[in-house]
Amino acid sequence: MQDQNKFNYIIQQADNCLILGQRLAEWCGHGPVLEQDIAMTNISLDLIGQARLLYQYASEIQEEGKTEDDLAYLRDAWDFKNVLLVEQPNGDFGKTIFRQFLYDTFSCFFYEELMKSTDERLASIAAKSHKETLYHMKWSGDWVIRLGDGTEESHNRIQQSVNELWSYKDEIISINSVDQEAEKAGYGVSLELIKNKRNEKIKAVLEEATLSTPESDYAHKGGKEGTHSEYLGYILADLQFLQRAYPGNQW
Amino acid sequence: MDTALLEQRFNEKIDRDVRIEPKDWMPDHYRKTLIRQISQHAHSEIVGMLPEANWITRAPSLRRKAAALAKVQDEAGHGLYLYSACETLGVERDDLLSDLHSGKAKYSSIFNYPTLSWADMGAIGWLVDGAAIMNQVPLCRASYGPYARAMVRVCKEESFHQRQGYEIMLTLSKGSEVQKKMAQDALNRWWWPSLMMFGPTDAESKHTEQSMRWGIKRFTNDELRQKFVDATVPQADLLGLTIPDKDLKWNEERGHYDFGAINWDEFFNVISGNGPCNKQRLDARNKAWEEGAWVREAANAYAEKKAKRKAA
Repeated sequence: MQDQNKFNYIIQQADNCLILGQRLAEWCGHGPVLEQDIAMTNISLDLIGQARLLYQYASEIQEEGKTEDDLAYLRDAWDFKNVLLVEQPNGDFGKTIFRQFLYDTFSCFFYEELMKSTDERLASIAAKSHKETLYHMKWSGDWVIRLGDGTEESHNRIQQSVNELWSYKDEIISINSVDQEAEKAGYGVSLELIKNKRNEKIKAVLEEATLSTPESDYAHKGGKEGTHSEYLGYILADLQFLQRAYPGNQW
Repeated sequence: MDTALLEQRFNEKIDRDVRIEPKDWMPDHYRKTLIRQISQHAHSEIVGMLPEANWITRAPSLRRKAAALAKVQDEAGHGLYLYSACETLGVERDDLLSDLHSGKAKYSSIFNYPTLSWADMGAIGWLVDGAAIMNQVPLCRASYGPYARAMVRVCKEESFHQRQGYEIMLTLSKGSEVQKKMAQDALNRWWWPSLMMFGPTDAESKHTEQSMRWGIKRFTNDELRQKFVDATVPQADLLGLTIPDKDLKWNEERGHYDFGAINWDEFFNVISGNGPCNKQRLDARNKAWEEGAWVREAANAYAEKKAKRKAA
């Protein structure tokens, strides 16, 4: 292992991308209208693409001869470092949209900062991903507004999702020792900086969407340390089925 | 201008292979036939997303997962262009969808078969998309302009999917014993339904003659089926897999493969609703549509509010 902390840092974000990409892929063929089915599949595809770039780099740092697929398919839940937000079930379209918006308002500003990383490889992955997340954040933000300021039913539904997901909003900008060390070493970003930009964006969109901000700022945590919700086990059972049932094959 | 003269001009255009465009006069029956054919094709793309989407979350590698997502997304895109081509004939996408949801409109019966293993993702690409290409390449020269142009794009993407499916089959057939078994099992299940995709025999096909006259069909069902068998047998040989037909053999005299009798009872059963997944497929489409109603209503309501605010 070249650098354990850098490996852990990359895995945190790679796991976020993979698990959210997997969740979005569940929508494929079942969207509310064809254009949005395509949009969700497209975002899922971008996220899987980002996960691949990050796992490829992580596996090189690891120096154990492992591949991107070993990292995605052969680790158990406690090794996954994604936040609890991304493993939350899709729910209705509004819940998927708000989960996505909470994630996009992180990833967009995260990659924007990561583009300045002292690690060139990370900076280049960030530059490519940032372009994608700009579009994702516009898409999910526009839908929060459309649903919030649409009909009475859509307003009530998305408000319900805002309330449900609010306690999963902040884990993604909580700072652990991996983040601290990464920032200190120069290849990581300042989550404090991202937090402010992100909160402003969320506030502006909720206002335009005529949605109210929940009062409690309690944040569920654990994902970044490998303590997940019950959902992750099922996500992995689905994701990893073939690799687990028929180990050692090429696909 | 009287109808007889208009019809004469229309027929002259068809004879000279001049494309018919949306604003041109066309016989009612030509319009109706096109709406039926194009919307059936669009519905097939949309319903066809379901059996493959069934394996996206379980794709065995990240590369395969990305390819599967991209493929199903392409199919949704084909649905979009085909519904748009249909709208140039004066029908609305929502009305076409409501015919699909009520069971009135048909879609390709192949999608009423289940995807039971990962190898089905290979077999569908190789056989189902392969058969679709045989059917669709001639439609790039169809007499109706918007349809022909949509088909050019569809065919390009389908041939990419076909190669991708074949590559999945190749990987499995060169893999472990259980992977070979998976590939053979998929071929066994998809072979005959793929041959049925070309529709009933020429003697039984009620639309063929008129559609050929109008240039919206260029080859008969049996001609296309034969072309497909001839192209596919050597590909199966290369995979080292066995096509499940004991009567399949090369006929030197005809210069074609002879093949066994198709089980038309099964075909007509699946078409009339008794396939293994007819109910599941339609239920899934209906559920997505009904559960999405509030989203579509919200989008319309918001667009109206926005337009009003702009005007004010």
